Amino acid sequence: MSDAGGGADLGAFAELFGLEPPPVPDDAPAPRRGLFRRLREGIAASQAQPISPQLAGIYQSKLVSDATWDDLEEALVLADCGMPATMDIVAALRAEADAGRVTSGDSLARALADEITRRLAPEPARIPLGDDPTVILVVGVNGSGKTTTIGKLAHRLTELGQKVVIGAGDTFRAAAVEQLAVWADRAGVDIVKQAPGADPGAVAFDAVAAGRARSADVVIIDTAGRLQTQHNLMEELRKVHGVTGKAMEGAPHHVLLVIDCTTGQNGLSQARLFSEAVPVSGLVLTKFDGVARGGIVLAIERELGIPVAMIGVGESIDDLQPFDARAFAEAIFAPDAAV
Amino acid sequence: MFDALTDKLQGVFSGLKGRGKLTESDIDKAMRAIRLSLLEADVSLPVVKQLTTAIKERATGDEVMSSITPDQQVVKIVDEELTRLMGGTNVGLAMAPSPPTVILMAGLQGSGKTTHTAKLARLLAAEGRAPLMVACDVRRPAAMEQLAVLGDQIGVPVHREEGATDPVAVARDGIAAAKRAGRDVVLIDTAGRLTIDAEMMDELVAIRDAVRPTSVILVVDAMTGQTAVDVAVAFQEAVQFDGAILSKLDGDARGGAALSVRAVTGKPILFVGTGEKVDALEAFHPDRMASRILGMGDVLSLIEKAQQNVDEVDAKRIEEKMRGGNLTLDDFLDQLRQVRKMGPIGQLMGMIPGLGQAGKLKDVQVDERRIDRVEAIISSMTLSERARPDIINGSRRRRIAEGSGTTVQEVNQLLAQFKQMQKLMKRIGKGGLPSMLGA
Repeated sequence: MSDAGGGADLGAFAELFGLEPPPVPDDAPAPRRGLFRRLREGIAASQAQPISPQLAGIYQSKLVSDATWDDLEEALVLADCGMPATMDIVAALRAEADAGRVTSGDSLARALADEITRRLAPEPARIPLGDDPTVILVVGVNGSGKTTTIGKLAHRLTELGQKVVIGAGDTFRAAAVEQLAVWADRAGVDIVKQAPGADPGAVAFDAVAAGRARSADVVIIDTAGRLQTQHNLMEELRKVHGVTGKAMEGAPHHVLLVIDCTTGQNGLSQARLFSEAVPVSGLVLTKFDGVARGGIVLAIERELGIPVAMIGVGESIDDLQPFDARAFAEAIFAPDAAV
Repeated sequence: MFDALTDKLQGVFSGLKGRGKLTESDIDKAMRAIRLSLLEADVSLPVVKQLTTAIKERATGDEVMSSITPDQQVVKIVDEELTRLMGGTNVGLAMAPSPPTVILMAGLQGSGKTTHTAKLARLLAAEGRAPLMVACDVRRPAAMEQLAVLGDQIGVPVHREEGATDPVAVARDGIAAAKRAGRDVVLIDTAGRLTIDAEMMDELVAIRDAVRPTSVILVVDAMTGQTAVDVAVAFQEAVQFDGAILSKLDGDARGGAALSVRAVTGKPILFVGTGEKVDALEAFHPDRMASRILGMGDVLSLIEKAQQNVDEVDAKRIEEKMRGGNLTLDDFLDQLRQVRKMGPIGQLMGMIPGLGQAGKLKDVQVDERRIDRVEAIISSMTLSERARPDIINGSRRRRIAEGSGTTVQEVNQLLAQFKQMQKLMKRIGKGGLPSMLGA
């Protein structure tokens, strides 16, 4: 993947974290287009199935009919938006059509992107830094991509001139600490770890203490993957959160819930139950490249109002992006013809 | 498993109950609800359409419309169609006529391939086979390390080549190593990628062609949404897998992927992963799963677990003691440990008909740590204290609390509860059960 958009991406990251933007070369593309292009490239490279072959047909049609709404509903369901969010969106667009603002497939494509953008990002998500250090706790179910996300996030923050310390809080999964150590090495940041099976709360405490001692700007704490229904493990997470607060007043300042893009309606239960255990402040949608799904964030936004902060669009260390609702909507729902 | 779907279907049918005959619009209402529930359970849209069409066709037939109990007829039809869609009966793992049997594991990254390679190896070892695992995931940082650690945990050797970059060569070497060491099953863990991409498929195909596996097994995350079909089809087209393992089925509201994978590829689900521990792997039983979906509970699985884990002679002895009201704390500890061997208590409760239904289990959280403390308290008692709890006075209570790292209040609570249980058992032993149940 080319680096052409790197400067622009970094600018968007600076915005996300409330940092001074790095100098952007004059010929760099606008950030939104940069992200959008990355999303599209990722999707094209992975041979993902188009969400719904009918959509292209809809967008090209001159009229909007009953069949249009059925096809649209299907496309939203196929993107894992879930029925309640799907029905809301279709109803909103029907109202637009009744008001005469949507008359053709072409205007429908735009209205759909507008509607999704409006729902997902009334305002862009923010993860302000500023405390010394700012502590970020990363949580999620098994296999969602927490460790990888932390590696990429550490890399991005380092690029922005932040000193980062990582806490290897996944003491359960075999070799999870080793995996995180490889990422820390790639990003060139410090890692705080203990022996396998160690108390994750103690690791979190140590990481925050180390962050303060080394005057780090950001401490990112990894946690073991856990299914949201595992009561005891959720209690453990609550404890890790509490211990972090003991190590530093007000910490963790942000809790990020990592959700795999291929997740279906269970994602709603994940968001619900993780939020009950710890105050989830933002979502990270991973593995977007390839499947171009993730409508579950619409279901989560509808019920819980948790914003999406970042999106993982590829495997390389640069492939973590601040979330852009419009680019996301267009990447999923707009066939090339309509862009 | 499938709890949410169960709840929804029960909601539909309890609405129909007691009204006698169904009208066409009743059927339509039921179909809409079934469609919604299936979509919410992440059954893929084409499969939902296929299923609801089949159900509706049968539901509007004479067998339902003229029935005195149409709701039960509809339940029966849904049950039959679900079972049929999931493949009817349980399918086992194929073994090669001449060893070693070679099993190639495939799947997306994060689906649980490495963990399930180990779970499957442990299961095979428990069945008396001699497995060997081969670490062919040369991409993900520390993936080989992870398999090696798991191999240590379950006592199964792992073939790995530090710094290797060619998974095909590692796979070939692994099989040669298995032959030399007389291992009869080889399980090959492969790299997952974040996406369905050509490079990953090519690598998988290259390994498959090099080792000619007895079976290719696809690991699918039970939480997968509508993409489950795309994933299954992509793997089917590229490597023709023989069966699937549905991982992470111990959470909630999930499993539609099971229906989708089977319906779209025709390949059976062989096993389901039901927990974090390496022994949390169970055979997949389509018929039982359909029963679960319809809220009939999974009694068969519960009985099977009990048979595997409970010593029958012991159980008989304890039953006799219970009837006589002579249960000691030692017996109680025994019982507790036997039950816990079967799995997390909360999971066991979900298998009991009626308990898995809406509302009843939602507020019950079984805190395994509390049970840990009960175990600790009893373990801190002397044998004579366990046999005759009446002798446990204040100073003994303090000692027990200290020894078990609990508080005197917790010891008191346990002893009071135990006393009550003894009383209850005595009454049941004397035939008091029917009156207690209000029959």
